[in-house]
Amino acid sequence: MSTSPEFWTVADTAKRVAAGEIGAVRLVDTMLSRITNVDRELGAFLATDGEGARRDAAEIDRKRTAGQFAGPLAGVTIALKDNLVTKGVATTAGSKILQGWIPPYDATVVEKLRSAGALIVGKTNLDEFGMGSSTERSAYKKTRNPWDTSRVPGGSSGGSAAAVAAGLAAGSLGTDTGGSIRQPAAFCGVVGIKPTYGRVSRYGVIAFASSLDQVGPIARTVQDAAILLQVISGHDPRDSTSLDLPIPAFAEAATGDVKGMKIGLPKEYFQPGSGSLDSEVRTALERTIKALHDKGATTVEVSLPHTSLALPAYYIVAPAEASSNLSRYDGIRYGKRAEASDLLDLYCKSRGAGFGPEVKRRIMLGTYALRSGYYDAYYKKAQQIRTLIKNDFDEAFTKVDVLLTPTTPTSAFRFNARATPLDMYLGDIFTLACNLAGLPGMSVPVGLTADGLPIGAQLIGKALDEVTMIRAGSAIEALGGLGDKRPSGIGGI
Amino acid sequence: MPTLTRKEVEEIALLARLHLESEEVEAMQGELGAILEHFSGIASVDTTDVVPMTHAVPMDLPLRNDVVLPSLPTDEALRGTPKRDGDLIVVPAILPGGPE
Amino acid sequence: MTELAQLLEDYEPVIGLEVHVQLATRSKIFSSSATAFGAPPNSLTDPVVMGMPGALPVFNRTVLEHALKLGVATSSQIRAKSRFARKHYFYPDLPKGYQISQFDEPLCENGHLDLILNGAVKRVKLQRIHLEEDAGKNTHVGAVSHVDLNRAGIPLVEVVTAPEITSSEEAAEFMRSLHRLVRWLEISEADMEKGQLRCDANVSVRLRGEDRLGTRTELKNINSFKFVQNAIDHEIARQLRLIDSGGRVERETRLWDAVAGQSASMRSKEEVNDYRYFPDPDLPPLVVDGATMATVLRTLPELPVPRFERYQKLLGVSADDARTLVGDRALADYFDAAVKAHPGEGGRTIANWMLTELLGALNAANQDISQSAMPPERLAALVVLVETGVISGKIGKEIFEESYRTGEEPAAIVERRGVQQISDEAMLWSIVDRIVGANPRQAQEFQSGKDGLFGFFVGQVMKETQGRANPVITTDLLHKRLGR
Ligand SMILES: [Mg+2]
Ligand SMILES: [Zn+2]
Repeated sequence: MSTSPEFWTVADTAKRVAAGEIGAVRLVDTMLSRITNVDRELGAFLATDGEGARRDAAEIDRKRTAGQFAGPLAGVTIALKDNLVTKGVATTAGSKILQGWIPPYDATVVEKLRSAGALIVGKTNLDEFGMGSSTERSAYKKTRNPWDTSRVPGGSSGGSAAAVAAGLAAGSLGTDTGGSIRQPAAFCGVVGIKPTYGRVSRYGVIAFASSLDQVGPIARTVQDAAILLQVISGHDPRDSTSLDLPIPAFAEAATGDVKGMKIGLPKEYFQPGSGSLDSEVRTALERTIKALHDKGATTVEVSLPHTSLALPAYYIVAPAEASSNLSRYDGIRYGKRAEASDLLDLYCKSRGAGFGPEVKRRIMLGTYALRSGYYDAYYKKAQQIRTLIKNDFDEAFTKVDVLLTPTTPTSAFRFNARATPLDMYLGDIFTLACNLAGLPGMSVPVGLTADGLPIGAQLIGKALDEVTMIRAGSAIEALGGLGDKRPSGIGGI
Repeated sequence: MPTLTRKEVEEIALLARLHLESEEVEAMQGELGAILEHFSGIASVDTTDVVPMTHAVPMDLPLRNDVVLPSLPTDEALRGTPKRDGDLIVVPAILPGGPE
Repeated sequence: MTELAQLLEDYEPVIGLEVHVQLATRSKIFSSSATAFGAPPNSLTDPVVMGMPGALPVFNRTVLEHALKLGVATSSQIRAKSRFARKHYFYPDLPKGYQISQFDEPLCENGHLDLILNGAVKRVKLQRIHLEEDAGKNTHVGAVSHVDLNRAGIPLVEVVTAPEITSSEEAAEFMRSLHRLVRWLEISEADMEKGQLRCDANVSVRLRGEDRLGTRTELKNINSFKFVQNAIDHEIARQLRLIDSGGRVERETRLWDAVAGQSASMRSKEEVNDYRYFPDPDLPPLVVDGATMATVLRTLPELPVPRFERYQKLLGVSADDARTLVGDRALADYFDAAVKAHPGEGGRTIANWMLTELLGALNAANQDISQSAMPPERLAALVVLVETGVISGKIGKEIFEESYRTGEEPAAIVERRGVQQISDEAMLWSIVDRIVGANPRQAQEFQSGKDGLFGFFVGQVMKETQGRANPVITTDLLHKRLGR
């Protein structure tokens, strides 16, 4: 194990800090100086909070010296996607319209992390309001993929995935509306979990599409992701869609044992032509399936017949809800206001200038779909298709315990490679259905392309059964897909 | 499915209170048109008697007890407000009475 | 130009009302900030009320209970599963850019509200009663407007009538009845001056006998009972004159200016509204469970109109008195308590005493019934003393006054003051006999036809008995003694 903390796991960091092997302040200083060195080129962070992190670290050291327990994540550095609201720390959602806004409250997940002793080092870059799959749609900066700086880190939680991959934080939180945790995790060679809808509170999560959004962890190991999920899960009376159910022992689920597990392979995800599945990705998945079989799992082909409808359904539901959620950004109570002579002008100009092109596109699309006379043909139809998609999953889960698919059709693409919005949308085909159905999903690295780019496998669990999914994920991780490779594109590691 | 006219794009932009430059309107017309075209297949999906899925997880609305918690101090609530007059938010004059 | 009255013979007005009622809760409908009236601007907010990024709504249980009371009291169908929807429009008093309301699955439908109109009960159908959040308040100051969000998020019910109210009087009476009902149910203060009860009216006219509705206009900002009537009258006249002069009514929203006594069009130039309703993904369906419903039913008081009918049919109270008694729940409850304390069938008499003596005393002291110094049981006891002849009605009023002032029991006052009525014929005969004997000249003049002198003898008897002589018996005996 390295004596330098950059790539320590969450579990290891917590253990070492608790044992007094390293002071939290020293640890956080090391991480902050690494951020200073590396992030200039990487661009994962929109803002760091060195002052806050050091203050909290000092408190952890004080508690430890006094013999008090400082929390299960004491000393663990965490980066937060900048659509998670942080009290007293600027939160932008990657948008100019929120530039300068200082929230007066903490998101529930942030509260939970803080009280577990986590050290929040900063806020990470994202596609504006989570709308994108490359982090190129941030209004602020470009985030590079640490494995190859000419490529995108994925998105929209690109900053969170890149920061963890590059060793700038032990773990991070992202949000996932249509794959925004899993896809960047796959592109950056890390683990990302999107929990069952309702498992993690959305209070303080800047809404993109309320019926699809979920917060989840990104980490370098399955167990780390499970530990973070453990901390952020649970009922929150401030979120009316939060489930009031006990939290299973996620952190203990990463056993790697898949003996007797029935793993479903949805044939629609492997068909030739399905999103032009890259052959290297296909090969990596096939290798994984075989290895799982060798470990005692049964693999079964299943069918999710409405798979091809997930993309249109998603790109109607998500923009419709987004157009509504983003109505509040008007430059009146907070955020940026444009100079205007009358009220109509004030609205149109503030919003016209404050939102980037992709956000405007989705607001337009969503507004189109919700207009009276169009509602039935679009929004309602899409929600009915959601039911069909959910039914497909229910049917499949009568036969299998978990589903295995590629996370993305390809590995990380180059900047500006996806020329049209539709091209970008088509890259999300494997991750969307999971959100539409409210199911848990995760991405685990399974290998590298010939060019040295990470490939991710996606696991989709039954509703509320993250445990089986995590168990399968840890088995895949144990296959050692990335070998001992680390991102080589940046930071001179 | 109908193609999107320029006028329609402008109407939607007004409804959404989005100022679009002329070239943005044009681009939007093409891009949204292409997206809607790509989605046109959903029209032929038979969804007779299919209940729309409004929520990802079926549950009932939780009820909160009628308890008052402290409000945000006014200065905190209006900390980011671009234009204030004392404790009031200022906007350009609007017609009294409001929308319907 | 045709006279208005003549036009009204040919045309019939059709009115539908949309009434917003603020529900009396401590905290807001979707968050825990307070609902007080008159607090400093923007002091009653939180991230939810301000529409801040990341804030989420959580529904207030008391709002449901209040709304269910109104639903049951109006015999509405209650939806076991109703839904919140977002209604989108941009306005500075609407922080999120949408109002959380109910659209195609409202809590209550197909109810009715009974009015007491000209002594009879008139039923007005309600299309729906739904829940929603109030907006903030814009104030217009020259070139700018000021926004105060304290009111944003206060719970509202919107009561929508069927378009079948046919006169401004009926519309105003609807408002009074709804006002009385929500106060009766203790779910709203419904103070129109504080904007707790607000009315929009949809007004159209059509030829009598025609089935189809005419083009309607929507009148907004009619915030007093008087204005409801004036604004609607004014609008009916405006539409009729327009039609009479060959014009056509246009679908528009008009704003009532109470000072000028007229309305003005406020058609917005930009666009037609499209609210883009859709189910709020932040709020799962609102489910009314059996336990909640049972509590509502158990705690629902007897309603004003059923009481109005009961008072007349079972207690013999006049329609006018019954209407006054049910004008206020505390008044009706007082009456019922007094009737209950009365051993016989004293309804009619109790109503008289309440509405004259008790209300007189309360009015004089500028108090309401809840502040009455006389409990209903005591008023009933006083009424019994009068009815059984223990005291005369006249003495009764004095006893009332003293008892109200001192709190002493009427019987005790009667006893202490010795003012029991004298109905003993032998005793009264001796007094009558003595008085007639002592006034021979007056007796003689009366006997020779001077009728007016009879009152003189009654007066003498009353003076002698300090008003305690039973007037009926006294009259009878005087006639006997005087021989005519
Ligand atoms: Mg209305
Ligand atoms: Zn309303």
